[in-house]
Amino acid sequence: MRPTAPLILAAAATVLAAGSLTACSSGSGSSPDTVKIAYQRSTNNKVLVMDNYLEAVKKDFEKANPGKKVKLIPIQADENAYYTKIQQMMRSSKTAPDLVYEDTFLINSDIKSGYLAPIDKYLAKWPSWDQFLPTAKTAAKAQDGKTYGVPDGTDTRGIWFNKEIFKKAGLPVDWQPKSWAEILDAARTIKQKVPGTIPLNIYTGKGPGEAAVMQGFEMLLYGTGTDPLYDTASRKWVAGSKGFKDSLGFVNTVFSEKLGPQQSDALDPNVGTQVQTDWLPNGKLAIDIDGSWMGNQWLPTGGKPWPEWSTVLGQTAMPTQNGQAPGKVSMSGGWIYSIPAKSKNQDLAWKMIEQLQTKENAVKWTVQGAQIAVRKDVAADPGYLKSSPGVDFFTGLVQYTHYRPALPVYPQISTAIGEAMEAVTTGDAKPDGAAKTYDDALKTIAGDAVVNKG
Amino acid sequence: MSTLRRGGRLGWLPLAPAVVLLLVFLAGPIAYCVYIAFTNMQLTGSSSTDFVGFANFRRAFADPVFRNAVWLTLVFTVISSLIGQNSLGLLLATLMRRASKPVRSLTGAFVIAAWVLPEIVAAFLLYAFFRREGTLNAILDWLHLPSQNWLYTLPIVAVSFANVWRGTAFSMLIYSAALAEIPQDITEAAEMDGASGLRRFWHITLPMIRRSIATNLMLNTLQTLSVFGLIWAMTRGGPGNRSETLPVFMYDQAFNKSLIGYGTAVALLLLLISSLFSVVYLRLLKTEV
Repeated sequence: MRPTAPLILAAAATVLAAGSLTACSSGSGSSPDTVKIAYQRSTNNKVLVMDNYLEAVKKDFEKANPGKKVKLIPIQADENAYYTKIQQMMRSSKTAPDLVYEDTFLINSDIKSGYLAPIDKYLAKWPSWDQFLPTAKTAAKAQDGKTYGVPDGTDTRGIWFNKEIFKKAGLPVDWQPKSWAEILDAARTIKQKVPGTIPLNIYTGKGPGEAAVMQGFEMLLYGTGTDPLYDTASRKWVAGSKGFKDSLGFVNTVFSEKLGPQQSDALDPNVGTQVQTDWLPNGKLAIDIDGSWMGNQWLPTGGKPWPEWSTVLGQTAMPTQNGQAPGKVSMSGGWIYSIPAKSKNQDLAWKMIEQLQTKENAVKWTVQGAQIAVRKDVAADPGYLKSSPGVDFFTGLVQYTHYRPALPVYPQISTAIGEAMEAVTTGDAKPDGAAKTYDDALKTIAGDAVVNKG
Repeated sequence: MSTLRRGGRLGWLPLAPAVVLLLVFLAGPIAYCVYIAFTNMQLTGSSSTDFVGFANFRRAFADPVFRNAVWLTLVFTVISSLIGQNSLGLLLATLMRRASKPVRSLTGAFVIAAWVLPEIVAAFLLYAFFRREGTLNAILDWLHLPSQNWLYTLPIVAVSFANVWRGTAFSMLIYSAALAEIPQDITEAAEMDGASGLRRFWHITLPMIRRSIATNLMLNTLQTLSVFGLIWAMTRGGPGNRSETLPVFMYDQAFNKSLIGYGTAVALLLLLISSLFSVVYLRLLKTEV
């Protein structure tokens, strides 16, 4: 771990412990001419990709709208702490920001809480909205049919692997695993032939939160069959499925055979930062099941410039469990800008969204933030297509991708999955036992909306 | 002062500001907490808040994770407060009375430094001490002893030691003051009668500082029951739930799982456990005087 990381962790915890208190203080300086934007800042102090981008847009906006100001409210915290903090801020009109950067997995939950304002009246008069892909337009569409936010990109997930380590282990550098077993076999080979490296990283546990559930668990689960988490036909959550147990079994195998990182490192909330800025760039990790955005820290503007990454690292798609059709699997999410219902400057906040989504800014962010484009004009822009060697690969995964069930209880279900993963990672429970605990939790959370597929 | 008639018409006036402040900032939030504990308030996922009676409490008692948290809280309190801080504080205070002045001031300075540090700084230091590549394992390696991944294999013990490290100074200060109060002539008389050091300690010192022991135990226990920052920064209650004491469990439910109502109900139960401890100690204090 980087020497600064524990300190930041500790600092984040302090911020949290004083959660409601600090939430009160950040509301000061409210004025009808100021747009306040709340967003997440990385727990690595060197990583300021979003900060730099927003600073630049802030200057544009203040120039284009004389007399108006933009106030950035960076929230430096891990993911879970960030969500808690913005929810606390949005509860009161004294602290609510005017613009909030939200993960799509949270959006339906927050809409149901009444935290966000619909923006249909603005969208109707906004020509750029036609540029957005149909799936992107529905990303922030709630069950009431209204739209609550503008996405600024999406992502896909796959496998990154270190070709140099693969060469040393005698594995092919154009590796394309066809099943879970082939991934595990490669990891076993690396463990044997290249000791001292971490063979395989899969995010797990409560600490990394949604990152573990989406990059780790759901990448496995959605490769076990159709509708493995939520049955769209019956509108019920799936309990007791074999795919769920098998996915936990995979995680369990990785950690019981010591094919993964040390358990304590894997369960650390800051493990994502560590993978991105240390393990991968410093050649400590061979295979990483991770997101399309990893490259954003390795660009010259990123927190860990690493020009060699495009030759050292290879990318390959995550296979389905036994190679069953369609053979590959990916998950997509993304973040959106929303206007809190308790914001007093909604019109000005909308203007800021327009500024963030001028074509130039949209291209700039998609490139700097290593996003997969959600706008047709951005996707066709040469600047985007040339931005990094991984872009076309990860854009190609869109056809295999899955979205998480966009339902208000999803965040709670995600937490329950994280706990099941943690139990099989530490060895506290066997996959069967952890799956049963999850089924029980599911009944508490979703009530009647559970179907048993055992 | 004695010339002022008690209970005069305006006799309550000087007290009024304090009472108002207490009502607004102490009784108010507590009453609000009690109200929330009986509702299903959520941080996200629901816009309405309904009254649900005792559902949150029933849920807690049926929840094995909650029972685990109660158990760990008791373990944490007994190891770190009753055994650790209290006994170690008494031991240090006794030894320091006999030590030479430079030794005394040096030890005192070190112990109190641990206590003066802000909780989060102490937590970070101890995290660095216990973690896998941390100081403790470096020392063990140097001594050719097997190293341990303390925060992972024995998290509750690691956080208990951390709390002992941090809280012993307080006990030491209380006991130093209490020991200084014992009249010299009684100890000398016992010495003349031929009582050994241990017997003097058992029959004279301990009975004479009984009240300090009870006070110290009460303060220590209450403080330890509510330790949050130390554990959160060191382990976040993990791995699994192996160091999840009640305050950490409460935070996890209220803010990570967004169940404000349930979390608050757990907070009330924690308050109940604290008051049980207080009652026991107050009883002890009464009978011993």
